[in-house]
Amino acid sequence: MIRPDTGNVIMGQNFSGYRPPARDAFRNFLFVLPAVAIFAVFYIYPFCELFNLSLHQWPGIGPKTFVGLRNFQELLGDKVWWSAMGHAGYITLIALTFQNALAFALALACDREIRLKRFYRLVFFIPPVLSEIVVGILWNWILNSGTQGGQQIGLLNNFIVQTGFPNLVHNWLSDPATALTCIAVVHAWKGFGWGFIMLLAGLQTIDRQLYDAAKVDGAGGWSMFCNITIPMMIPVILLVVILTILGSMQVFVLILSLVNQGLVYHTEVPVTRILASMSGMNQFGYACAQAVIFGVILVAASFTLKAIFNRLRQA
Amino acid sequence: MKKIGFLACCAFLAFASFGCGPAKAPANEIEVWHWMTDRQDALEALAGKYEQQTGIKVKLVLFAPSDAYTQKVLAAAQAGVLPDIFGILDKRAIVASFIKEGYVMDLAPAFRADGGAWEKSLSVKAVDNNRFTASNVYQVPAGIYGVPIDVSNVQLIYNRALLKKAGIVRPPATFEDLLKDVDALRRVGISPLVTGFGEMWIVDCFASNYAFNILGEPKIMATFRGEVPYTDPEWVAVFNVFKTLAGRKAFIEGIVTKGNKYAEQDFALERAAFSFDGSWAVNIYKSMNPNLDFGVMPLPAIKPATPMRVWGGAGSSFVVNNRSANRDKAVAFLRWLTAAPQQVYLSAQTNNLPSNCEVNAGVSRILGDFLKAMENATHPAVWELNEDPLVIETFDKGIQAIIIGEKEPEQVARDVQAVKARQMARQKK
Repeated sequence: MIRPDTGNVIMGQNFSGYRPPARDAFRNFLFVLPAVAIFAVFYIYPFCELFNLSLHQWPGIGPKTFVGLRNFQELLGDKVWWSAMGHAGYITLIALTFQNALAFALALACDREIRLKRFYRLVFFIPPVLSEIVVGILWNWILNSGTQGGQQIGLLNNFIVQTGFPNLVHNWLSDPATALTCIAVVHAWKGFGWGFIMLLAGLQTIDRQLYDAAKVDGAGGWSMFCNITIPMMIPVILLVVILTILGSMQVFVLILSLVNQGLVYHTEVPVTRILASMSGMNQFGYACAQAVIFGVILVAASFTLKAIFNRLRQA
Repeated sequence: MKKIGFLACCAFLAFASFGCGPAKAPANEIEVWHWMTDRQDALEALAGKYEQQTGIKVKLVLFAPSDAYTQKVLAAAQAGVLPDIFGILDKRAIVASFIKEGYVMDLAPAFRADGGAWEKSLSVKAVDNNRFTASNVYQVPAGIYGVPIDVSNVQLIYNRALLKKAGIVRPPATFEDLLKDVDALRRVGISPLVTGFGEMWIVDCFASNYAFNILGEPKIMATFRGEVPYTDPEWVAVFNVFKTLAGRKAFIEGIVTKGNKYAEQDFALERAAFSFDGSWAVNIYKSMNPNLDFGVMPLPAIKPATPMRVWGGAGSSFVVNNRSANRDKAVAFLRWLTAAPQQVYLSAQTNNLPSNCEVNAGVSRILGDFLKAMENATHPAVWELNEDPLVIETFDKGIQAIIIGEKEPEQVARDVQAVKARQMARQKK
């Protein structure tokens, strides 16, 4: 038993600087070897290989040609890549604001004693469990701009006509002005359920006595929200924000499902560019360089956010 | 304890190394990897029949969609675990890489055996898709490296009932006729043309049909070699085809992001009068709308004096793994699969065009109409050389931009030429 006040002194003996015999160290290492081996084979080796490939020119088969950092150099000047990054950023921004605000509002509502609380929880959690392909097919039908026999096929355009605004009928997914926003909204619709569940779980861990005590002190609803709910929810909000960024920046199945290989370059995101480099152009080395840069950006964003939230918590 | 630890370590490493190695197939079994979900049942039935006749089991493994299949084959080649028979759904240059790496068997000797009986039985265009001629640009030894199990081509399909509704008595013979028909269809509220321009290969196919008509093959190849710029007036004329069609509202709403599956659904449900699609769509249309009355024709030419070329040739081809111990059995199976009785069965079950020309007379009327265009079929796989993929992407995306009115043909031509010049400079480096 280690007593906090005695440091490394156990049963009257000082164990600081203790090293187990080499034989024991080897035996202990054997216990973790399978886990280390699996981690090395399935995580460390692929990452090293990915980085190695990013330094080569390789069509996917045959010999590789070492090109050093040329792929990275080209990537820095690749306008389509950086605009794709901007598109992913836009989708992420919509998710961070619209999606998470909605998730937080609904979580707050469901945290209270309201009728049909369980039903709402179930309904809000349906979109995230649907496959992105299914969501894409569903929204393709809603946003369809086609007609048959003079009637709008798409649910949204049909609704617009039925409500007396035929001038607002639009080619939602084939117009550069609306396509990316439509994708972002569908992505937010699909994703808000995750945020809702996590934020609701976080809200339910806040001790109710804090609110009771605040009420006794005369605090109003807004004051309690700002001074109790938000500070207590910061770890959960951080988690939701990081997961939203990682999930939104990597969106691509939904895009393929909604606009196929894209509307010119207006709906390109980093993952669709990586796919295009890989399977469309057989530039595996370049695709790996894109993946490395993309990974570095995501990791950097996650750490930056964590640092910001840590400061917020301390403040 | 030390012994136990050592044994556990050895067992783990042995398990890991054995698990990664290729599984050895039994001598009387051949393994086939394919991507054709619509042909799985028919192929299974034929595999069963082959086992009954020869005692050799054919194990069919399906990987879909085709993009996933392509990646699977590439990964399997790297790992040295390719099956006895597989397909390479990739660009000509990648097929050449597979051959140069020794993964694909040259079937020319087998085709030429018995006085060339096997080769003669198959569609010339389909065999040509799998042929590398002497002194090809990919530096592959001359030979035939694949077996076509069916053929296909992409043409303009029209709905007779909808044309009649618009007062059109016969399908358009020229591009001008097509524009008149577009106007007639729009007047009665029918969307004229649907296709999957959300998929780049269809944009490329449609454009290259007109490029062959306007420029001719030698000038296209000269462009690929960098001798003719994309800003040439004839290339601009190709881009202008799309501007003209978009300006006359020939395309169905949302065409630039439409996948071909949705386009096929639209045509089958009579939402558009014309569809630019492949012969495989016959099966889809028949299953979605058995009463659909449709015919087929090449795209109407801009220069009527030049015959309109269509993309076509081998629909699906298989290659034999050159490193397989069962190579001879694999070749024997493919020869059996492309023989007349099996081809009749495959064509009847899947509504695809047979690769065996001896059975062409027995196909349905609509498939027969598709077959008529085979003499004018062409395909990137048989071209002397192919364009750089990045140039193709810029070309196809540029056409999308023209259709939505974002760019003018001249501007797209300049963009494509800029990418072409950059890629050529890079290759020289």
